[in-house]
Amino acid sequence: MNVKQYIAARAAKELKHGDIVNLGIGIPTLVADYIPSDVQVFLHSENGILGVGPSPDPEDIDENLVNAGKLPVTVLEGSSFFDSASSFAMIRGGHVSVSILGVLQIDAMGRIANWAVPGKNVLGVGGAMDLLEGSKKIIVTTLHTSNKGEAKIVKELTYPITSERKVDLIITDLAVFEVKADGLYLLELSPEVSLEEIQQKTDAPFRIAQSFYHGKEVTAPWL
Amino acid sequence: MMSKLITCEEAVKKVKSGSRIMVGGFGLVGSPLCLIAALAQSEVKDLEIISNNLGEPGKGLGVLVRQKQVKKAIGSYFTSNPEVVKAYQDKEMEVDLLPQGTMSEAIRAGGAGLGGFYTPVGVGTKIAENKEERTLNGKKYVFQEPLKANVAFIKAKKADPLGNLIYNQSARNFNPMMATAADVVIAEVDEMVEVGEISPEEIVTPHLYVDFIVVKGGK
Repeated sequence: MNVKQYIAARAAKELKHGDIVNLGIGIPTLVADYIPSDVQVFLHSENGILGVGPSPDPEDIDENLVNAGKLPVTVLEGSSFFDSASSFAMIRGGHVSVSILGVLQIDAMGRIANWAVPGKNVLGVGGAMDLLEGSKKIIVTTLHTSNKGEAKIVKELTYPITSERKVDLIITDLAVFEVKADGLYLLELSPEVSLEEIQQKTDAPFRIAQSFYHGKEVTAPWL
Repeated sequence: MMSKLITCEEAVKKVKSGSRIMVGGFGLVGSPLCLIAALAQSEVKDLEIISNNLGEPGKGLGVLVRQKQVKKAIGSYFTSNPEVVKAYQDKEMEVDLLPQGTMSEAIRAGGAGLGGFYTPVGVGTKIAENKEERTLNGKKYVFQEPLKANVAFIKAKKADPLGNLIYNQSARNFNPMMATAADVVIAEVDEMVEVGEISPEEIVTPHLYVDFIVVKGGK
């Protein structure tokens, strides 16, 4: 298991039987591989599918059947197809239980930036704003720091904000934070990660949750 | 029995320089590639294109970008074609960016005779900088105008000669809304079937929306 798979596996534990789930591009896409077999969820893809199945074998690829990342997919029994306006009505209308999204930055209040980079032309937004605004619960998955080692959980966003809506849960390779009305609460530390390390790599202030948990009993295979 | 069947060449004559056109597809999936290819062969320019993306470099609508036939693009995700980014930077093309759900609903509203709608999506972001904001029942919304076009090029799986359409899996995407929101609607289809072969329960786009049909690869 690599670090991205670890994050995805942790995020998968949040899904509940019967959830309608939208998975963003990147780490969120991997979550589908870690959903426990006793939990049935229905994957929604904003390009018009409810009931997305696993990736097809190469010989079974159908050019008319892709997910929102434009990758080939399959559909499960009971799936349905619909147009884009209906699909986004489902999202805005609060009919999607959980969206798991990638993120560029998260601020101290749990608001995120995930659609544009400062200094570059803003020419793509896709469904990022719709999903963040409309989904009942938002989980973001990300590496704790950027490629350059900069904190991604910051006091104030320097990247353009995606929505005023806060996310609910932040899952990184090092920790899990819950977002409450008054800010971020550290829920879990990954195995072999110290509180000092998290404080050093997190720019935004955070509190320790009452249910704080340090995953000591397993080793972190990517470390 | 009447038939709406025409050729691709006849179809693209409905588009004039400066026309505003809608083109279906999510990337190249569900994109009317024969109609786009015929448009690329024509002399029309200064097009305003409403489409989620502008193809890929040299593919689909990307051909029109490369040939500098596009004056303005309205859609949600253009970064997948670096040539669009370059044309925008070189000020050869204008871009109007909308969240994907706002774009699809604006097309639906255009076809449904609505004057626009208020959406919570984009409030407080760059996307909504120049838009009217309104608070309704304590929640903030921004106003979005409807989108309409002179011509829509859409892609479907099957048509009957009347113009009833069904689509192919995720290739449906923006096509059914675009079928409702243009003065002239031309559907590129994989297959023509007899009237009555598509069950009334299955028809996604009823024929009153469709003006002309071209068959993919047909003459």
